[in-house]
Amino acid sequence: MSYEALLNGIFLVLLACSFLCLYRAAAGPTAPDRTVAVDILGTMIVAFCVLLSLYTGRDFYLNVAISWALLSFVGAIALAKYLEGKHFDE
Amino acid sequence: MSSWPLALQSHVFDFDVEELRWFLGIALIVIGTAFDALGCLGLLRMPDVYNRLQAATKCVTLGTCSILLGAALILGGAMGVKAFLCMIFVLISSPVSAHALARGAHRSGIRLWEGSVGDAYLEDRNRRGEE
Repeated sequence: MSYEALLNGIFLVLLACSFLCLYRAAAGPTAPDRTVAVDILGTMIVAFCVLLSLYTGRDFYLNVAISWALLSFVGAIALAKYLEGKHFDE
Repeated sequence: MSSWPLALQSHVFDFDVEELRWFLGIALIVIGTAFDALGCLGLLRMPDVYNRLQAATKCVTLGTCSILLGAALILGGAMGVKAFLCMIFVLISSPVSAHALARGAHRSGIRLWEGSVGDAYLEDRNRRGEE
């Protein structure tokens, strides 16, 4: 198996996992289910961006991955505060 | 070979460091993809938000960190350092956000699955409420 074929297979597996996360975010029975699915999807997209950087040999995908990880963390913390019923400045 | 110092270049075994680095990176990426797939399967199949959270967060954090470490091994140089820093950040931030999400879900009144055997956080909150 060549390197390109292996990376293509890994991309397909990660794409299927991302669709599973999107299904849970669309059909989750409660609000925390959707929040967890969006948080996991953010972590998956970080892995996807790094594999894209490996596939194309360009380095700006790594910057996208780092900023996506940071924004996903901030968004998850903000949604957790919202679920807890507090304001954002407490 | 030229990017590595001379002490790391092996003259004893019959593989060179570049080839070893490449194989280790591919193996870490494949293992991480398997962990990601199993974590997302857990996110789909578990019965409860807390079960989903613990299955998905642990597996996907380990899988993504393994993919990032493998990519850092393959890329090398400045891009490898950037991928390694991204791995450290994911390793720190993902359990923190999962903990905050579990706490928020519990405080917003989400019931546990009926097969659960205990709720230590609720007992702790009740005990602190009584004191």
